[in-house]
Amino acid sequence: MSERAQGVALSRASSGAVKLLRAYGTWIVAFALIFVLPKIFTSSFSFTMMSLMGISIIFALSYNMLLGQTGMLSFGHAVYYGLGGFLAVHMMNAIAQNGIPIPLPFIPLIGGITGLIFGIIFGSVSTRRGGTAFAMISLGLSELVASCALILRSVFGGEEGITTDRTKLLRVFDLNFGSQYQVYYLIAFWCLLCMVAMYALTRTPFGRMCNAVRDNFERSEFIGYNAQLVRFIAFCISGFFAGIAGALAAINFEIVNSSYAGAAQSGSVLLATFIGGIGSFIGPILGAVVVTYLQLMLSDITEIWQLYFGLLFVGMVMFAPFGLAGILTMHVPLWRAGTIWRVIPSYVLALGAALISLAGVSLLVELTYHVSVKTSNGPMMSFMHVPFSTSSFLPWLCAGALLIVGYLLCKLTWPRAENAWNDAMSTARERGSEG
Amino acid sequence: MLELVLVSTLNGVLYGMLLFLMASGLTLIFSMMGVLNFAHASFYMLGAFFGFQISRYVGFWTGLILAPLLVGVIGALIERYGLRNVHRHGHVAELLFTFGLAFVIEELVQMIWGKSPVDYRIPSLLDFSAFTIFSTNYPAYKMFMLLFAIVIFIVLLLVLTRTRVGLIIQASLTHPRMVGALGHNVPRIFMMVFGFGCALAAVAGVIAGPALVTQSNMAALLGPILFVVVVVGGLGSLSGAFVASLLIGLLQTFAIAINLSLSDIFGYFGIHSNPMPFLNDIWRVTVAQIGPILPYLLLVLILIFRPTGLMGTRDT
Repeated sequence: MSERAQGVALSRASSGAVKLLRAYGTWIVAFALIFVLPKIFTSSFSFTMMSLMGISIIFALSYNMLLGQTGMLSFGHAVYYGLGGFLAVHMMNAIAQNGIPIPLPFIPLIGGITGLIFGIIFGSVSTRRGGTAFAMISLGLSELVASCALILRSVFGGEEGITTDRTKLLRVFDLNFGSQYQVYYLIAFWCLLCMVAMYALTRTPFGRMCNAVRDNFERSEFIGYNAQLVRFIAFCISGFFAGIAGALAAINFEIVNSSYAGAAQSGSVLLATFIGGIGSFIGPILGAVVVTYLQLMLSDITEIWQLYFGLLFVGMVMFAPFGLAGILTMHVPLWRAGTIWRVIPSYVLALGAALISLAGVSLLVELTYHVSVKTSNGPMMSFMHVPFSTSSFLPWLCAGALLIVGYLLCKLTWPRAENAWNDAMSTARERGSEG
Repeated sequence: MLELVLVSTLNGVLYGMLLFLMASGLTLIFSMMGVLNFAHASFYMLGAFFGFQISRYVGFWTGLILAPLLVGVIGALIERYGLRNVHRHGHVAELLFTFGLAFVIEELVQMIWGKSPVDYRIPSLLDFSAFTIFSTNYPAYKMFMLLFAIVIFIVLLLVLTRTRVGLIIQASLTHPRMVGALGHNVPRIFMMVFGFGCALAAVAGVIAGPALVTQSNMAALLGPILFVVVVVGGLGSLSGAFVASLLIGLLQTFAIAINLSLSDIFGYFGIHSNPMPFLNDIWRVTVAQIGPILPYLLLVLILIFRPTGLMGTRDT
């Protein structure tokens, strides 16, 4: 072999390594993150939060398989999550009672199979139609299951739900899963597994067919595929992953009740997925992390955090329909071309204006809430650690002034931010065409 | 038995007419814009709360007029400044927008009126019993609700079929572009219809508020049933919505009145023990208890045997 050929072989090998890193780099980073994060955030609160995030990521990704990949808007996805959780708990109790040798890490699979079975049953009814009709049917089915859960007390445990003890199962490698630390790793393991599986699924011909069915139902039928069957299969698989998430939640909380399968749960996964962005695979992951964090943080700060949450969602639908991930991908070409620095000043201004309006809105909301609902607490309240009385005129005036000034500033700065992005983008395009 | 049938029929028709007041607006909006307004039941709730708030200052009757007007204006504004902007992102985005709206309205109502029921009273003018069937005193207010709903139904029918406005609306249902080409402002018609539909829901809210419970979860309780009505009747079919409203109204009221379970029925034939002990819940549950799930069962059955709904023609 000549020297030159050796060199070529070497560069080929190294380019192969680069390719490998490009293809799997994200996964390596994700894998590393799962192990590094518990070393950085060591408080029990952060373990709880990270466990919830893991569950939420699986659930949101399974939901996006419907909404983002196949274009089916479901208002009842929590049905499979809840039923998966219920069966997992029943199995855990049965296993603990009869001493069946199945260790805890396999329980999520049982939840997944439950989700799959109910996905097949309900999917055969609901996936016959798409669009709005599918959305309504999923809502009806979700109500059906949620009401049944309250009637069939011996199976669903009524309003109290059913409890279990995750430490009573067969132990392998001396893991008893008594601590949140061990549960976190269990959830992280399943989360990574599900993420890889769901990502792989999007790369298969089936995943592509899902996208085709989403984009144009009739044309995909013309290619010779049974589009309805594609929808049905996507629905079943999505139910499978939702079931896994439900079982993990059951393991994490050691209790399930009918609210697991309820409308609120279905709504919250829809919110998380959409806020993250339904256009890309990373979106729901982002959404699950952000929304879980906000839920835990905001509920500490204010009692009406759900209102802010709803407003955020409506704002996203109106102005950023591709979610957080969509906003990020908008800036990838700028980052590559190095023109991202140009947009930052006008972005900072726009953000400042937005924060002023946000302060106005939230002051007004908190004032109203205090005056109308918490009347028994007297007129004194505090906002951002500033105490004042609601009976005086000043705080209302402040709220109004902040709102109006914020609105005017937004009107001034947001178009400028948009222009800055457009400029930076066109420069990036020019550089791209030169290179 | 006859008494039960008569009273349940009256109550069922009443409930059905209330459902139709809402379902008609929902169906009109859907057939025009293709948007299934997820927040429709929230406008019903807003109507009830506005009616309550107004009735505290100027009485029930002013509330009956003012609250629907107010809700109609709010609905029209939401269509103009919210929904119309979302429209370009497609139907899923519109549905999501109204979903978020329902969420926000519920939270706003909780923020202002709290989570517990408010004391919304029947006007003293109607606080007596209209007539007595055997031993049941039937309240006058319920008769008023029934008559009011029927009057609105007839007016709606006449407006849609006999007036010029109704003809334009009917035309824009099927041929929006042609109507636009004839010089009518179709977006404005959409806005008006949206506001009008919301106002109808608010009327239902104002008159149902005192008889039922006015509480911040009333939209979440009624919303799903409303969608069942629209899907069972056939998406976009007004007459289908009417039949389905009455059907579901009667179904639910009759179910609540029947206190029978499987064990009673089998006991009648001399079988007293449950052959399958693990199904004990199903064995003992009464028809009255499964009343709330009957509409959803009906929905599933309809979808299996007639996927377009009772009178629907189009498949979305």
